[in-house]
Formats: sequence, structure tokens, C-alpha cells
Amino acid sequence: MFSLIRSMWLVFLHAFHKRDTYQYPEEKAPLPARWRGRIVLTRDPDGGERCVGCYLCAAACPVDCISLQAAEAPDGRRYPGFFRINFSRCIFCGFCEEACPTYAIQLIPDFEMAEYDRQNLVYEKDALLINSQGKYPGYNYYKVAGMSISGKEKGEAAREEPPVNVKSLLP
Amino acid sequence: MARIFIDNTPYEVKEGKNLLEACLQLGLDLPYFCWHPSLGSVGACRQCAIKSFKDEDDKKGRIVMSCMEPVRDNMRISVNDSEATSFREHVIGWLMTNHPHDCAVCDEGGSCHLQDMTVMTGHSYRDYRFTKRTYHNQDLGPFLNHEMNRCIQCYRCVRFYKDYAGGKDLNVFAAHNHVYFGRQQNGTLESEFSGNLAEVCPTGVFTDKTLKSHYTRKWDMTYAPSVCQGCSLGCNISAGERYGSLRQIVNRYNGEVNGYFLCDRGRYGYEFVNSSQRIVHPAIRPHHNGSASREYIIGEVAARLKNGKAIGIGSPRASLESNFTLRQLVGAEHFYLGMSDTDHDHTSLALKILHGGPVRTPSLHEAETADMVLILGEDLTNTAPMLALAVRQAVRQVPMNEAMQQVHLAAWQDAAVREAMQEAKGPLFILHTFPTSLDELATGIHRDAPDNLARIAFAISRALGAPVNGSLELGETEQALVNDITAALKAAKRPLIIAGYGTGCDHMMKAAANISWALLQGGGQPMLSLTLPECNSLGLEMLGGHRFDSALAALKNGEADTLVVLENDLYRRADKHVIDELFSYAKDVILVDHLYNQTAENATVLLPAGTFAEADGTIVNNEGRAQRYYQVYVPKGEVQESWKWFLQIGEKAGVQRLHGLHNLDDVVWAMTTAIPALAPIAKLAPNADFRMAGQKIPREPHRYSGRTAMLANESVNEPRPPEDEDTPLSFTMEGYRGEAPAPLIPFFWAPGWNSPQAVNKFQSEIGGHLHGGDPGKRLLEPHVNGSIPFFTEVPQPYLSMPGHLHVMPLYSIFGSEELSMYTKGIAQRAQDFFVIYMNPEDIDEWNITPGIWVNFHIEGHAYLMVAVPNHWLPRGIAAMNAGLPKSQIIDLPQCIRFSGSEVTSTF
Repeated sequence: MFSLIRSMWLVFLHAFHKRDTYQYPEEKAPLPARWRGRIVLTRDPDGGERCVGCYLCAAACPVDCISLQAAEAPDGRRYPGFFRINFSRCIFCGFCEEACPTYAIQLIPDFEMAEYDRQNLVYEKDALLINSQGKYPGYNYYKVAGMSISGKEKGEAAREEPPVNVKSLLP
Repeated sequence: MARIFIDNTPYEVKEGKNLLEACLQLGLDLPYFCWHPSLGSVGACRQCAIKSFKDEDDKKGRIVMSCMEPVRDNMRISVNDSEATSFREHVIGWLMTNHPHDCAVCDEGGSCHLQDMTVMTGHSYRDYRFTKRTYHNQDLGPFLNHEMNRCIQCYRCVRFYKDYAGGKDLNVFAAHNHVYFGRQQNGTLESEFSGNLAEVCPTGVFTDKTLKSHYTRKWDMTYAPSVCQGCSLGCNISAGERYGSLRQIVNRYNGEVNGYFLCDRGRYGYEFVNSSQRIVHPAIRPHHNGSASREYIIGEVAARLKNGKAIGIGSPRASLESNFTLRQLVGAEHFYLGMSDTDHDHTSLALKILHGGPVRTPSLHEAETADMVLILGEDLTNTAPMLALAVRQAVRQVPMNEAMQQVHLAAWQDAAVREAMQEAKGPLFILHTFPTSLDELATGIHRDAPDNLARIAFAISRALGAPVNGSLELGETEQALVNDITAALKAAKRPLIIAGYGTGCDHMMKAAANISWALLQGGGQPMLSLTLPECNSLGLEMLGGHRFDSALAALKNGEADTLVVLENDLYRRADKHVIDELFSYAKDVILVDHLYNQTAENATVLLPAGTFAEADGTIVNNEGRAQRYYQVYVPKGEVQESWKWFLQIGEKAGVQRLHGLHNLDDVVWAMTTAIPALAPIAKLAPNADFRMAGQKIPREPHRYSGRTAMLANESVNEPRPPEDEDTPLSFTMEGYRGEAPAPLIPFFWAPGWNSPQAVNKFQSEIGGHLHGGDPGKRLLEPHVNGSIPFFTEVPQPYLSMPGHLHVMPLYSIFGSEELSMYTKGIAQRAQDFFVIYMNPEDIDEWNITPGIWVNFHIEGHAYLMVAVPNHWLPRGIAAMNAGLPKSQIIDLPQCIRFSGSEVTSTF
């Protein structure tokens, strides 16, 4: 008997508590930065595309909803010629972000992607590439990779020695 | 067999092998870098370390390099010993100190031996925090990309390029911890086998440049077992496709044919499949150009064939199935062989020699074991490149065996054997008009007009006991050469005689046959290898048909008015004026081909045919080995196999001979029943209803990505994947995941082995046959009993006719083959001018200024050519680059009359 009354009292008290329900869509929920929502392609600090078209995200994707084609720019940088995510298949698992060696592909706290037409859930590169570094500011893949691109010759990346002089026999 | 104990488990292994081979053969995973089954061991990388114990009581043991230790009976070793494991992990840790963090932008990633071995040893975390060594790269030409930072100094590249393939322009420079593998300066790698570096290199220093232009990871490609269409040798390849275009050709191991390597024409000559000149829709002139439906056009073609005045022209570059269905469609009496008359003469002669003669023609692998080689009128590097590579190995046999006996070495101890051999070479004799790249290995070389060379060869055969009529008076040097060669042939246990189509002179083949037959009669065990012009020349010849020149006669006298041309550019089969005349008599030309070429210009109906990557078929190589190639992917548009077009047309036209045939197995059944010589083809590969554990064999690796996105731009509703009703392979990644039968292996992959080195999991012996035997069935076996049909007619010595030139063909690996010329890199390396090479004295005598366009007249037809002096040509003999696009003179050799010094026109 007592417990019944106690429960009713507690329920009554909740009427004066702060509400847990957000009045979405008028009120937006504050999402944590690591929320796995919409997938974007980010840029490095120089503004260049971070994605080098290595296909690791596509390989990691458990529903195979990422497809792309790697290409090489005249300056030696690799980039995806096209990059397509079929969000109607995506399960937002974040494996692609985990697999990405260049921090290019990231899941951001945005989930408002509903469409009436399923075809509109197929995102091409122009809908994916954003003008930001996303969650990992300051990272520049080509500054640590040994490939030379225009503006960064051999030996100019982080922790690299100047190129070997092949004609020298000195130790 | 020896018994060895690995981690206390007894195993039976073959003696004479090294421990690394033994372990790999037993299916154990042991990492290695510098060892390669074809290149042997040098013990340079220290990666394959294992523990070796003195006896049962020895608990301490010592670390040895398994690639350098021969198998001994009752030996005890340990692969999993903790000291050995940690040694291997440390070695790879050191190798990785300077390896860059660039797998993401490295083309090797995903099929990288270094990645595999790093994972295998458990070196999963990099402790090295200091600076990395860097190098400048070199531009190595259109085929290979160079990224020296990734090098782990295993020395495989130079060992393959210099020691195995005889290249001169790749070497190792500098010293100690900064050695450099490259050329002396930027420039195209000269060797015709340079592309193999991409597979030999265990990491991404050398990678395929054509792949880079449309880069796809190994796990993302749809593969099918295929056969190279570049020359008559029929090397096995795996072709990989992604997004509807062919991306890469990699080697498909076949222990009998190509082993681990391919030539550059074979590896890179695939770009025609992706050409913008592909015919993708059926078309009919003059109406409905490009817009008519398939059914409409099939109906039209069927109607045009109904009057029975159609003749079919086959093709040596189309499959047996396509040629056979065309032959059935038009009737055997209306079927013409679509090869030039010279090619036909050569091929039919070769078939006669191989079929009627008592000597076996060797596979490429057997050719490597020859202990004496005689090459008659062939520049092998350019007419049958992989045979040249085999000859390079064959000349090592004699000194290698001597060295092995003298210093008791095994053949796999590569560095030691080479040291013991020094520069010694086995007997190799070359008779050819021009210098060849094998000359550097030759014991004796002789250069002369083809007829004179053939006379020398006939003299050799007479010295060996062949019945030869006619006078064979030779000069003193020639006679000495004949004696030398005869002695060498008699001394050899397994001599190999090579001849073929290279000079255009068929006496060479006859003489080669005579020599081998005489040797056999004398109790020897000779091998006879004949090169042929195209990938299915021999198959087409076995199918049989009329000569090409009689097709013109049939049109002229009104017996026929419609031509059905199968995968053939007729302008490559006879001189331009002949083909122009042929088309002028034809009311209808129905062309089934894949590229829009000169013949397509004249066609009234165009039907898009599948290339080797879009079709299933069988071709027969120069050894008489029938090999099946499989469709890699379903092409866009209306492209389908030529034989499917013919079946559909035949059904519409009500041709009884094609009645009831619907798929590949039906066609193969009909073909093997109709032509008994081709009967073994029925057992070439499993039929379409073959299943493993109830499943098909997938063309795609299990990591294939992007299935739900690659076509989503067209429609988000994913289409049903195409089904393959012709073969036991599926076009998807679903299917049986274990090992497929050898003819059906689309790509080599095994757990932990992503690189092409995974092939060791598929071999019954390392470097030997694939499990269940190598793919392919030989159709020709020597005719052992009965009399030997010696060729007794000796050619007359060559006499130059005043005012005339005997023009012989000059073949080139890059340029002479039609389809590979669509690859930009190959076209770059081809001869680009239409030149005629002449003896300088001839040029002088006829007042021609070298290097200027000159009018030549041949039978009233004028040709513009540039005369280039060539010292190797005897007086009165000229040579032309054969097979270049837009060539107007095709039928080589021929005699041309040079009508005075013609007007030089300036351009």
C-alpha cells in the first residue's frame, strides 16, 4: 500500500522536473561531437582534399555503400575522381572513419537526412566534401607521407632525411 | 623423399629442395623476401629464419636461413620457435624503419608482399621514431612507376631484370644503407620484360603505370582466368575489371606455359578493350545507323544470308568457338581463313610438321630445360617474347649442371651457382638476317639472306642424316658453321630447334623439321618449336577453310555476294588494293568486331563483338595447347561474344547446322563432334553446370567493395547481378571460397597472402604444376610410328635480281600486333614511320637520299616510303616493319620492282 502511494508521489513530483524530451524539430538536441551521423569528406589545413582515394573506407564498409575512383592530379596529389555514398544503405557504423588513414572521411553530428525520394539519398562528392578540417584540425597527410607532391619535395615531409646522394660513397 | 621434423611433426618432403620451399609446399606460412621460385635463393633479406636442431636432444638449436639450407633426411627444424619468431619480427622491424607511411597512396597496397609479411610476423606497431631515408625517383617510361622510398633492398628487381631477363639498364647504385635500384639516368626501361618488376618487387617500388591511370585495388577487381592474345604462345593471364573497364593484366601462373612472368606486350597491351573506338551498338548502313534494335538487325542479317551466297571469313585472333559457329553459319564450303596467304602457308606447314612429324614440340617450360638451342631465322624477342626468355634460361643449363656437379651446389643456390658459372654459356646458334637481342648469348651467329640461311640449315640436316636432294655447296665459313652446329646438336641431350614465321621464308621451318627429325632418327631427343603469327593461328588452321585469296575469286565470279567477317581487319590480311577490290565486289559486308577499323568503314552491317575480356572462348597456341579464356565482365551496350551473334543469326535464318546450340558448352560439344582433332577441348575445363559445394566460383574477391553504391547514381534500386550461363564462374563475390580447379582460378589469393605470391598455395610443388595439373590440353602429339616425311627440296641460293627488291618483314614486340597498339605506351615505343630498310649500296645505286619520302611501285601501285640504310641487309633484300597501323603493304615477303629513282615529294 505504502509503495503504491510512494510511486504516485514520485510520479507527481516529475511534473515539476526538467523535461527530458526535446521539442524536436523546434528545439534541437545538443549532440556530442563524436555522434556518428552524416558522413563528410574534409579538407586538410591547406584547403586541399584530404581523401587520397585509397579505397580503405569502401573495403571496410559492411554494407558496401561507398564507391569511388582514385585519380591523380598533375601536382602529384591523389584524389577521388568520384566519391559516392548510398545513404539509403549506410548504417552509420563509423568503420569508414576508423579505416581512413588520412582523417578525410568523418561522421558528424547531423542526422537530418530524411528524403521522400530514396534516390536523393545517393550522395556524390559535391554533397560530401565540406570546407572544413572536421574533428581533426591540423592533420595533413602529405606532410607525413613520403610521396613528393608539388610544394613538398622528397625529404621535406616530417621526420625525413634529405634525399640520398646516389653518387656518394660516404657513410 | 626425405623425412624432416618441423616442430616435432614428421613430414615427407622432396630432397634437393631448400627448407623454405619445403615449408611453403607443406602449407606452412614462412615469410620471405629475396627468395623467388624462379630466381632462387641468395639469403640476403634474413627474413625466413628458422631454428635448426642437431638431433632430438638438442634443445637450444641455432638460427638458420631456411632458403639457404637444403633438405636433409631426419633433420629437425622449428618454424614456431620463439627465438626464430622474434628474429623474424625484428628483421621486418628493421626493414620497416625506412619504409614510408604511404600505403594509402601506394598502388601495391592490398596486393603487397611486404604488408602480408609484416602482418605474418606480427610486427604490428612501429617503434622507430626517428628520421626516414628518402630517394629521388626516376621516370622509367610508360609502363612502370618508380618510388624508391619504399625499397627494402631485397635485390629481386636486379636479379630478375639483369640475371634472369638479360636487361642492361637497371642496376643497383651507391652503397651500404642507401643503395639505389634504378637506371643510370631517367629513361624508359629497355627490356621487353620490364613489366614483371611490378610483380617481382615485393613492395611498391615498381608498380604498373597503366593501372595507375585508372587505379583500383586488387580486392575491388572482378577477375577471370584469361589467355594472352598478344602472340602465339598463349601465356596465361588474369584480367581485372572495375566499373566496366579493364584495369589490369596480371600473370596467372601456369607451370607448363608462362610460369611467373609475362612480356610487356602481354601485360600492357590490353587498353584496346577500353578504347573509345569500340563498337558498342549494332549498326546497319545506310539506314538506322546506331539506332536499330538488336532484333531488327539480326533479322536483317538473317535475310541477307538466306540466298546462300554468303561467305564467311574467320580470324586467327578470334576464338575457336566464334570461328566454328561462323563456319557452321555459312557452311564449311563457304568458310575462308582470315589470314594472309603467307601466314596461312606458314601455319599449315607448321601444322603439317607438328601433326605428321615424330618430334614433340615443347611447352615453354620444357624449352627452358633444353641444353642446346638452334634458332633459324627468328628474332624471338619480337616474334615470341616469352620463348626468348625461355632460351635465356636454356643457355644456362649446361654450365649450371657442370657447376652443380663440380662444386656440389643445388640449382636454387643462385648466387653461388652464378659465381661458379661465371660467364659460361651453353651452345646457342642463331641464323638470322638481322642482329637479335639473343646474339649476346650465342656461341655462333650467321647473318645472310633467308634463303641462304635455310640452305645452311638444310646442310646441317643432311650432315645429320636427312635425305636432301640438290646441291648444297657452301662457302668455307658456312661449312665450318655447319660442322660446329652439327657437332653441338649431336652432343646435346635435349636440343631445341626453333623456327617460325619471322623471316617469311618457309624453308626455315622445313629445315628445322628436317634437323629435328634427323636427330630423332639418330637416337637423340630433340624438341622443335615453331612460332606462329597470332594467338589462334594454329586453332584456325586445325578448323580448316579456304585460302583467303580464293575469297576474292569467289566474289569476282559471282559465286558469292555477301561477306561475313569475323573479328578481322581485312586490310591487315592483304595489300590495300586487294581488299579494296574485294569490297567493291561485295554487296554486303557484315562485320562482327570490337574496334572501328578500316574494314568497319566498308561494312554495311556492324555487330559489336566481345573482346577477350568480354567473351568466353578457346584458343590454341603454337604448341597445340588449347586454352580457355573466360569472360571477365558483362560489357555495356549490345556487346556479346561473336559466337552468340552467329547463333542468334543462325536461329533467325533457320540454319540447321546451328540448330539447338545456345551456350558455350553446346558450341564446344558441336565443335568437338564435328572436328575430331579438337576433341580434347571437350575436357578442357569444367562445364557450366560444375559447382563446388553447390556453388559457383566467384570472379570477385570476398572483400569486393561498393556493390550497393557503384550503380546507385543510375538508380538506387540495385539491379539483379548478371548471371553467367556459359561457365561455372559467377559475376559476383558470392560463391565457393576455397580453391577452384586450375582452369577456373580467377586470381591467386590465400588467407594472409594478398600479393601474387599467394600462388605457392595453389601449387603441388613450388615452381611446379598447379594442383590438379596445369590448365590447357595439348591437341597435337608427335606422330611416332610410320615414316618420317622429310623435306627434300633445297632452296636455291639467293640471287638478287637487278631492279628488284625482295622485301622481308621485320617484326617488333611493340607495333607488329594489331590490338596492343591501342595502348598508348606501346604505340609510343613502336616504330612510327613507314620505312623500308635497304642495303646502303642499293640505296646508292638507285640514287635515293636516305630519310626522304620516295615513291615505290609494286605491280602498278604506288607507295610512299622512307628508305633507311641498314648494313645487315644483303644486296637486293629490303625489310619493312610488319603490322604497323595503316600499312598498305601486308603480304610480306614479296618481290617489288623499283621503278627508277622516283620523285621525292616533300612534306
